[in-house]
Amino acid sequence: MAERSFAAEVSKLRLPAGAEFRGEGILAVTKALLQSGVAYVGGYQGAPISHLMDVFGDADELLRELGVHFETCASEAAAAAMLAASVNYPLRGAVTWKSIVGTNVASDALANVASGGVTGGALIIIGEDYGEGSSIMQERSHAFAMKSQIWLLDPRPNLPSITRAVEQGFELSEASNTPVMLELRIRACHLYGRFRAKDNRKPAFTLREAMENPRRDTERIVLPPASFMHEREKVNTRWPAAVRFIETHQLNEFLGGEESELGLIVQGGLYNTLIRALERIGLADRFGATPLPIYVLNVTYPLIPSEIERFCRERKAVLMIEEGQPAFIEDALAALLRRNGIETEVAGKDLLPVAGEYTHEVLQQGLRKFIEKHAPQLQARRPHGVAAGDENETAANALELPARPPGFCTGCPERPLFTALRLLERELGAFHVSCDIGCHLFSILPPFNIGNTTMGYGLGWSGAAAFNTESSRRTVSIMGDGGFWHNGLTSGVGGAVFNQNDNVLVVVDNGYSAATGGQALLSSRTAKRSRSTAHAIEAAVRGVGVRWLRSVDIFDLGRVTRALRSALTTREKGPKVIVARGECQLNRQRRVRPQLAKRARSGARVVRQRFFVDAETCTGDHACIRLSGCPSLTIRQNPDPLREDPVAYVDNTCVGCGHCGEVAHAAVLCPSFSEVKLIENPHLGDRMLGWLRRAIIGVLQRQADRRRARRLAAE
Amino acid sequence: MSDNALQPVSIAIAALGGQGGGVLAQWIVALAEAKGYQAQYTSVPGVAQRTGATIYYVEMFPPAEQPGAGREPVLALMPAQGDVDICIASELIEGGRAIERGFVTPDTTTLIVSDSRIYAIAEKQALGDGRADAEHIRSAARRHSKHLVMFDMQQVADQNGGVISAVLFGALAGSRALPFALDAYEDAVRASGRAVEINLRSLRQGYDMASAPPGATPATEATRSTGGAAPDWTAEFPAARDIIAQGALRLRDYQDQAYVELYLQRLRQLLEAGADKAVLREAARRLALWMSFEDVIRVADLKTRSERFEEIRREVRAAPGQFWYAADYTHPRYEEFCGTLPARLGAALLHSKVCSALLAPLFSKGRVLETGKLGGFLLFYLLARLRRFRRGTLRYRSENALIESWLARLQDALRVNAELALEVARCPALIKGYGDTRARGLARFHAIMERADAVAAHAARGADELRTLREAALADEEGAAFEAALARRA
Repeated sequence: MAERSFAAEVSKLRLPAGAEFRGEGILAVTKALLQSGVAYVGGYQGAPISHLMDVFGDADELLRELGVHFETCASEAAAAAMLAASVNYPLRGAVTWKSIVGTNVASDALANVASGGVTGGALIIIGEDYGEGSSIMQERSHAFAMKSQIWLLDPRPNLPSITRAVEQGFELSEASNTPVMLELRIRACHLYGRFRAKDNRKPAFTLREAMENPRRDTERIVLPPASFMHEREKVNTRWPAAVRFIETHQLNEFLGGEESELGLIVQGGLYNTLIRALERIGLADRFGATPLPIYVLNVTYPLIPSEIERFCRERKAVLMIEEGQPAFIEDALAALLRRNGIETEVAGKDLLPVAGEYTHEVLQQGLRKFIEKHAPQLQARRPHGVAAGDENETAANALELPARPPGFCTGCPERPLFTALRLLERELGAFHVSCDIGCHLFSILPPFNIGNTTMGYGLGWSGAAAFNTESSRRTVSIMGDGGFWHNGLTSGVGGAVFNQNDNVLVVVDNGYSAATGGQALLSSRTAKRSRSTAHAIEAAVRGVGVRWLRSVDIFDLGRVTRALRSALTTREKGPKVIVARGECQLNRQRRVRPQLAKRARSGARVVRQRFFVDAETCTGDHACIRLSGCPSLTIRQNPDPLREDPVAYVDNTCVGCGHCGEVAHAAVLCPSFSEVKLIENPHLGDRMLGWLRRAIIGVLQRQADRRRARRLAAE
Repeated sequence: MSDNALQPVSIAIAALGGQGGGVLAQWIVALAEAKGYQAQYTSVPGVAQRTGATIYYVEMFPPAEQPGAGREPVLALMPAQGDVDICIASELIEGGRAIERGFVTPDTTTLIVSDSRIYAIAEKQALGDGRADAEHIRSAARRHSKHLVMFDMQQVADQNGGVISAVLFGALAGSRALPFALDAYEDAVRASGRAVEINLRSLRQGYDMASAPPGATPATEATRSTGGAAPDWTAEFPAARDIIAQGALRLRDYQDQAYVELYLQRLRQLLEAGADKAVLREAARRLALWMSFEDVIRVADLKTRSERFEEIRREVRAAPGQFWYAADYTHPRYEEFCGTLPARLGAALLHSKVCSALLAPLFSKGRVLETGKLGGFLLFYLLARLRRFRRGTLRYRSENALIESWLARLQDALRVNAELALEVARCPALIKGYGDTRARGLARFHAIMERADAVAAHAARGADELRTLREAALADEEGAAFEAALARRA
């Protein structure tokens, strides 16, 4: 990340054997990678695994000492392809991304590496963004593991279990010549906890050794006839090897009590929620002691038939607790028992919801149904403090609270673009807007309400490709700089040039991969030690053959509006691209604020800006808010005793970007906006002029005050 | 099975992006660890950080001396309904949301909530007043919590120039929901090494406020006041003395005593036409606001006042003696220019195609006038002095014609019934803003007034119809709801 230092985190990566590591789950994984002797790491940033990328990005020195290469990959597909290094050489490698979306992008390379198999351990760390707070479609990564035959780890959510899974993942991968996925749910990634560190290990075999002694084996390349052989090898050799390893090394766990009639089977990642749900209905304590036996699947694919048989054979019923759909594990479990003539009843999605996050409340309800049906003598009680009836029902009556959707930050450079689009819609009529992935997607929410579809990262323009026909109105597509470099340049811009598209693309160039935490990109303008930046988007766009290109300062609302109007109405045929530039304020403030404070302290002249709304002239229509949506542009009680509607108000979080004033101008709103410039450490000239101005204005104001006082006294 | 001696403490923190909810969680964990507890926290940040709401969740497990030592507790990763010991909310609505989600229960939960508002976009973007009912949430907070700590913690943070998380941490200490003394909290803040002095100050103030007996911290929301006792002459209007006194003051400030007399004359006519208390009050309020319409002269006057300069100075927190300059974003259109001219000349220019073709381009761009410097100030100052000529301006004439026609309709409505009259009296609320915003409101106002003439015949449901239309007119800017409501009634 460009504007933040991760030095404190990097120091945790150096902890020696025996020291206690304290920190977040994803940082623990980062440490475990170094303890496992990894030779290379790559990935594409995204919540909840950005932290791994950020910390490695700041750990050059440590990585050099250990001989580990860290690659900031251009996309998840690029990251997955990196695993090719483990195909021929005994090199351990790990890649990471946000799932399901990242796995979707990576699937081509994943299928290739899984088909040929690996020699060195290959670990794919996926941050599963599912359930509360998720920003993406709700799907399971499990399907990818099954279809490509990649083993899937889902460890219990505590730091010792998670770090053990990293180490075992490499071993499993090597024992079965198969890449392994480590699935971490979002809460596990952000979980602060502790584990006992081990020493970091240099890779046993180095990248350099591989490069200087290249090896090839055509049987590992996906080409007939090897590809047909791979499929059989997966089934006949690698799968049994994996099952053997998992069983021998007891990757799955048999926990809980001795109850002989019933059993629970759970994905490892849900174990803590299960225990708390059991505790809440009176069937467990806080240490996980419960009469019910629990088979914990720390490996959710492949399943281990012998373990399942052993667990189920003597029991009347088992409850399969599997989050998300389709219910791959439950279906496989039922089939396996049936095939082996085991009569045990399999409960699961009949008692638990088919879709959605498995929260405490959801599990409590399902468990109670299961117990009441099969072992009423255990007497699952109603959880304390939960209303009768539906346990999802809240205790309070609906309070009719306003929703709090995410939106653009204070001073965000993307806001002016959507203000311009709103103004142009009034002028030219509504147009079809194809969105991408990134902060700019918040345009679909209030107050802008702009955007018709979003089809994936970098696919903003591709999402409007069908609309390439004669029409009186053009479409507008949006792309961020992140999406542009991820694949938008080729799939969107290249595709539009080749297919002679006549529509408009706006690339929002805010200088960072902002939505994922402000990582540097090819076109970032701030220098980054270990990366080559400042490669202009405009040059790339021209390079693939776009002739109609405009670059605008995004905070200049007038210019942005004119460029858009021109793109939408010009008679010139062919693809039209506008690159709208303005730095992400989150990152800019991180960089600029300390600098300004330092300059002011050292006695240098500093001018700060912020905005102000006159409560007397504001009439409380809030058109300014509907066209801006800036968090610092808010409302407050009208000070006028005769007026009721709240007035607009700029609070002290204002960073002085000037957009609200520009909006007042462009939309001819009202004369209530003022920019206030504050001078610190004024020059002598500033002072003399300032005194003069004050003196003259003061005299005139005192005269006006006297006139007004006389008027008011004339009752 | 439950081992009640060893109950963990569960803490849910509801905060908005940028409020330091994560820092607060870290402080709590550091505090717990220093006291020998085993503690963990987790959260689901991500897009929620961009101005959205996030829940952080902390669990802490008592020290190992107690029974069960040596065993590892299984800590949960999310709050459960009915199982949250302490719920901390950095903002009132987010406190309400935590209650709604079942994280605050009367027999379990200490609720620590800041009685401050960060308005959601749905509240801010309303054409009128879209604010949620805060009192509703305060009363839910009182009903649903075992122990409640509620005061404006944002204000404390602002006074110290710090962040709200430190005040929340202090309020947690003051609530005594955790068995730790204040100095342990202070140590946690010191150990984090971030803005220590400011955070300690906020922490201690939060602690003091939370320790105070209930009721000692009054609600801080500004209360509306229509001023002191009304002067004697208002006795003529016993039902609306306070409002009319305010209205008169406003119009005397706006123009002169003669203008106030016109205001009172108009109100007398309404009284004679049979206006009851509600109608008179509403009409007096609306009339005063309308008669003090925001023309160029008024805006220029307000922009140059010494009180305004003082308010800006306070608001931007300029130090005494510090130099600062305000620059005003204005966009007078050709219409405003003509409106400020003597009525005949203004009308002639406005309707002349040649003149508007020649002059209008001069008004096509917005201007930034530096009111803090001599040029900008003098321009506004001279414009403000045109007040004495106001009665001759085109704008004055046209506004007065509109006011007169509204008053006539109001008198007609009074002849039908009081409910209809009240609705007619309320309608000027639609006319606000400047330029296009004002034109939009005025168009809707006219449409409703026309409707008022038509519905007057159906006395029974006329008022309901007008109310529905007025509410629809304020529902959205584009006018979809209003068009639909008009079509339904037509």
